[in-house]
Amino acid sequence: MSDIPGDLRYTKSHEWVRRLPNGQIEVGITDHAQGALGDLVFVEVPEVGKRLQAGDACAVVESVKAASDVYSPVSGRVVAANAALTDKPELLNSEPYGGGWLMRFELDSPSELPALLSASDYAARLAAEE
Amino acid sequence: MGLRTPLYDTHVREGAKLVDFGGWDMPLHYGSQLEEHQAVRGDCGVFDVSHMAVVDLAGERVRDFLSLILANDVARLKHKGKALYSCMLRPDGGVIDDLIAYFLSPTCFRLVVNAGCRDKDLAWIRRHAENFGVAVSERTDLGILAVQGPNAIAKTLPLLPSAQRAALMSLGAFAGQWFDSWFVARTGYTGEDGVEIMLPGSQAAEVWELLRAQSIAPVGLGARDTLRLEAGMNLYGNDMDENFHPLESALGWTVAFDSPGRDFIGRKALEGLSPTGGNELVGLLLDGRGVLRGHQQVMTDKGAGTVTSGTFSPTLNRSIGLARVPRNCGPQVQADIRGKLQGARIVKPPFVRRGRIMIELEKQGE
Repeated sequence: MSDIPGDLRYTKSHEWVRRLPNGQIEVGITDHAQGALGDLVFVEVPEVGKRLQAGDACAVVESVKAASDVYSPVSGRVVAANAALTDKPELLNSEPYGGGWLMRFELDSPSELPALLSASDYAARLAAEE
Repeated sequence: MGLRTPLYDTHVREGAKLVDFGGWDMPLHYGSQLEEHQAVRGDCGVFDVSHMAVVDLAGERVRDFLSLILANDVARLKHKGKALYSCMLRPDGGVIDDLIAYFLSPTCFRLVVNAGCRDKDLAWIRRHAENFGVAVSERTDLGILAVQGPNAIAKTLPLLPSAQRAALMSLGAFAGQWFDSWFVARTGYTGEDGVEIMLPGSQAAEVWELLRAQSIAPVGLGARDTLRLEAGMNLYGNDMDENFHPLESALGWTVAFDSPGRDFIGRKALEGLSPTGGNELVGLLLDGRGVLRGHQQVMTDKGAGTVTSGTFSPTLNRSIGLARVPRNCGPQVQADIRGKLQGARIVKPPFVRRGRIMIELEKQGE
């Protein structure tokens, strides 16, 4: 059973979203996603300053076997990307909700977050998939 | 539900992530593909490769038969147990499959062929065997365990009665021998020392446990792929298939033209080829960012080519691949990785052998 922290929001495409104290939004991939992908060996994150619409393919995570797109859960501007992943992509496997964060956003519209899945909704979707 | 090897329940109990491979439910990994890869390079790992098909051929004219259907020459097998890597070709030179042939006795040879090619191989073999009075029996009763890594022999020894251990230690490269009901060969698909054990399927689970008790790590097909690619070994369906002849798939060394009277299937087509034209299969080392993958385009100074296999190499900590490119193109090429051109270099495989990096990682002059 994969780890699904209760204080985060989720997407159907297995990204997680965290609201930081400064109002910015942090995004990563879920424990379920990293487990399904296997050992991750390469990560490409978006450039800081890039504007993204919710649903845009914005990052690439590659495991030994395959490349997968990460989709932006929100619309906004990228204000930070996790440079540590360039040398240590395995952080996505070991700390998917911590050191393995992918990028941070400033939202276009602060009201967008509630449209994402709650932890219990995401858990229910995973259970239905399996 | 797919086909299952005698070790299916063992894999489930070991926590394997199971995937479909050529119609078989096979272990992709048992937790971490990277750790399994490192276990084989640095110590020892065991693979279930029972999905591969074992075909025994028996008859007075079995050598004549194999001389016809194999592009390599079974006359090279002079001692019992010795193995030969060969392609089986269509008349037009396309590669039907690659296989290993073992010389068991003057009237009996064993072939081990790819799981995904089993049906067409058997049909092809049977069709030609009839003319030679050769009996073809598929050995679905057997399992195959591959024990690979620098400590593979040492860790396999305790499974044998003490009187048989010296024989295993002195087993020559690419040769096999009977140990009671097991046929053990010093072969593999990893670039490391090791053995492949063909044994009654009913014993496979028990022997797996005995190997695991020697602290041998279980290794899935995921690491098998990164290990073979580092070792520069082709995978059927990726790096070779019926659409290409062996000289376009870096398999020229397996085609034996030296005996002029040996009219093996495909010979005439290969002899009609220009030795300098066409394409060749080469190794690629990525200098740019990303991971090489099969089907990516490669731009060379002589035109476009294609990546046939690509992955992240855990030993090199870089991406490597095999690619089919115009023969004798320059060494600096570019790979189209998700729409961006990334620099790559043509290198001569193997990338890794016996735990050692065999290629220059840094560009000359840097």
